[in-house]
Amino acid sequence: MVQESKYNVREALAFRGASVLEDKKSVFVGTGLPIIASVLAQRTHAPGLFIVFEAGGLGPQIPELPISVGESRTYFKAIAASSMHDVMSISQAGYIDFGFLGAAQMDMYGNINTTVIGDHDLPQVRLPGSGGANDVASFSQRLIIIVASQSKRTFVKQVDFLTTPGYLDGPGGRERAGLPEKSGPYRVITQLGIYGFDEKTKRLTLISLNPGVTIADIKENSSFEIIIPDEVGISSEPTEEHLRILREEIDPAGIVLGK
Amino acid sequence: MVGDLNASPTAGLFVIKFLLEVKGVKMQVLKEGKGELLGWHDPDEARKWVLENKSRELKNKTMSVKEAVSRFVHDGDFIASGGFGHIRVSMAIIYEIIRQGKRNLSMAGKTAVHDLDVLVGSGCVNKAEVAYSFGHELRGLSPASRRMVESGQCKVVAETSNAGYQWRWLAAMMGLPFIPSRNLLGTDTGSHSSCKVVTDPFTRKPINLIPAAYPDVAFIHVHRCDVYGNAQIDSILVEDFELSRCARRLIITTEEIVENEFIRREPWRTSIPFLVVDAVVEVPYGSHPCEMPGMYYYDEDHISEWLTLSKTTEGTDEYLQKYVFGVDNFEDYLELCGGVKRLNYLKKREFLREPMTAPWRKLR
Repeated sequence: MVQESKYNVREALAFRGASVLEDKKSVFVGTGLPIIASVLAQRTHAPGLFIVFEAGGLGPQIPELPISVGESRTYFKAIAASSMHDVMSISQAGYIDFGFLGAAQMDMYGNINTTVIGDHDLPQVRLPGSGGANDVASFSQRLIIIVASQSKRTFVKQVDFLTTPGYLDGPGGRERAGLPEKSGPYRVITQLGIYGFDEKTKRLTLISLNPGVTIADIKENSSFEIIIPDEVGISSEPTEEHLRILREEIDPAGIVLGK
Repeated sequence: MVGDLNASPTAGLFVIKFLLEVKGVKMQVLKEGKGELLGWHDPDEARKWVLENKSRELKNKTMSVKEAVSRFVHDGDFIASGGFGHIRVSMAIIYEIIRQGKRNLSMAGKTAVHDLDVLVGSGCVNKAEVAYSFGHELRGLSPASRRMVESGQCKVVAETSNAGYQWRWLAAMMGLPFIPSRNLLGTDTGSHSSCKVVTDPFTRKPINLIPAAYPDVAFIHVHRCDVYGNAQIDSILVEDFELSRCARRLIITTEEIVENEFIRREPWRTSIPFLVVDAVVEVPYGSHPCEMPGMYYYDEDHISEWLTLSKTTEGTDEYLQKYVFGVDNFEDYLELCGGVKRLNYLKKREFLREPMTAPWRKLR
C-alpha cells in the first residue's frame, strides 16, 4: 500500500504531525512521535512554537530525543523548569493551544484508550493508563492524535476503556461533562491519511489521503464509518530538509523513527 | 441558560433535579468514582496528626538507609516515590524495602515506572492507584508488573491521571478535603477514580472533585540537603513540592549533605523545608539506574538487563538476588553495576558528551 519511497511511515507521521502545528502557539506533548513532530516544527516552519512537558519543562530547545517526558532534555535551554502543578494549572487556565498525543485505540469521536485491553479488574493486557493524556486532552484547546497503524483493531467502534476524552458521546458531550468549552480533538494522523472532525456530528472525517492510499484502504482499515467528503486532498510529503533534520538531528539512533 | 445547566451525562435526570432545586443550587453529587479512596483523611484528623507527630525542632535526622526504612516503612502502608518515572528516584530506599521484605504496600502510580515495576515485581507492592504505571515510556511495557496485574497478584484499585494525582497531593498539603478540577470528566478514568463530580455552585456546570491523599510515607531523592532535611532540587520539581508537604513521613535521600549555612545563603533555593522531613540519608549516585538531572543520565544497559530478566519470574528473582539481596549496601551495588568507570560514562551522557544508546530497542 505504502509505496517504496524515500521515507518510512514513521518519518511521514512525524512530518504530517509537525505540519499541523503553528508558529507562535503552544503545544503540550506526549512521549515519542509527538515530541519529534514538535521539534521538527520548531526547526522548520514554527520557530516560535512553545513546547510544554507535563513534569515541568517549559519552552526547551531539545538537544537530543528525550526517552521520558520528565528528563533533563525536556528543559534543556528552557524558559523555565518548574513543576507538574505549574504546567497542569496553566493548561487548565487556557494557555495551551495544541495537545499532542499518540494513541493505540481510538473511536470515531477521538476518545482514546491507553488503560486496558479486556476487563479492567483482570485485564488481558494492562497498559500504562492515562499518564498525562487525560489532562492534555481535557485542557488543550485543539488535540492532535497520532495513530501509527490505523486498522480495524485500532479504529474501533467502542474503546475498551475510555482513558482520554475526545468528543465523548458526540456533539456537546464535552460541555455536558464539564470539560472546557469548544476544546477537543482537531486532527488525527495515521499511516493512511489525515483526518479532522465534522463540525456538526463531531465524527472523524477524512481530510487527505497519503500518496498511494485509496478511499477503499481507509474504509477497510476502520471498524467505524469514517465520513468521506466529496473533496479529499492528497497529504503533502516531507522534503529532503525535513528528512535530514529528522534523521541527523532529532533521532539519529532511529529509536522512534526506525532505520 | 438551560443549555449550560443541561450539564450531566445523564442529562434528562439532571435537568429535572435542577428544576426541583431552581435557584438555590446545591452541590449536587452527579457521579461518584468507584475507585478505592487511598490515603484520605479528614482535614482535622490530618492536622491533629501533624500537630502531634511532626517536630518543629531543628535536629539532626541523618541515619542509614536500613534505619530509615525499618523506622518509617511498615507493612500495609500507602507509599509514594518522588521524581518522575526514571528521573530522580530514591533507589536505595526502594532496594532496602525489598531487602527488608515489606509486604502489602499500596503505591501511588503517579507516573511510577522503574520504582513501581521493581517493587511490584518483588512482591512488596500488591495494590496501586494508577496514573501511569507498568510501562517504561519509550522503552516499552514493564514485563514484571504487568504480569503481576494480569495474574491478579497486584490490584489496580483506582485510576487517575498525572494532574489527578498531583492535585491529590495539593489538596492534602493545603489541608483541604478535595480540590476542584476540570480533568477526568466524562471518562472511564474518572469513573474508576476516587473523585466525585458535583454541580459547581458558582458556574452551575459539572466540576470534578479530587480527594486529598496523604501517603503514610514518601521518599524523595534530592541534589543536596543539610542534616535537618532542608533540601535543594536543581531541576524540575515534578510533584515533589506538594508530595513532600503532604506525606505523613518523609525520607530524603541526597547526593550530598551540606552545611546549614549553605542552605541559608540562598534560601530561595530550598524546595523542601526541614519540618516536613523525618529522615536524611546520604546516598551518592542514589538514583542509579535512573537519571539525576545535571549529574548523571540513565544507565540504559542496567535498565535493559532488568527489562530482559523481568520477563520471567525466575529472571526477576535472579535480578533481585544479584543486585538487591546479594549486596549489603548501595556502594556495593554501584560497584556491581560497573563502579567509577560506569558512573563517569553516565555523567558524560548527561552532558551529551557520549552518543545515545537504546539497548532495549530489540526488546520492544
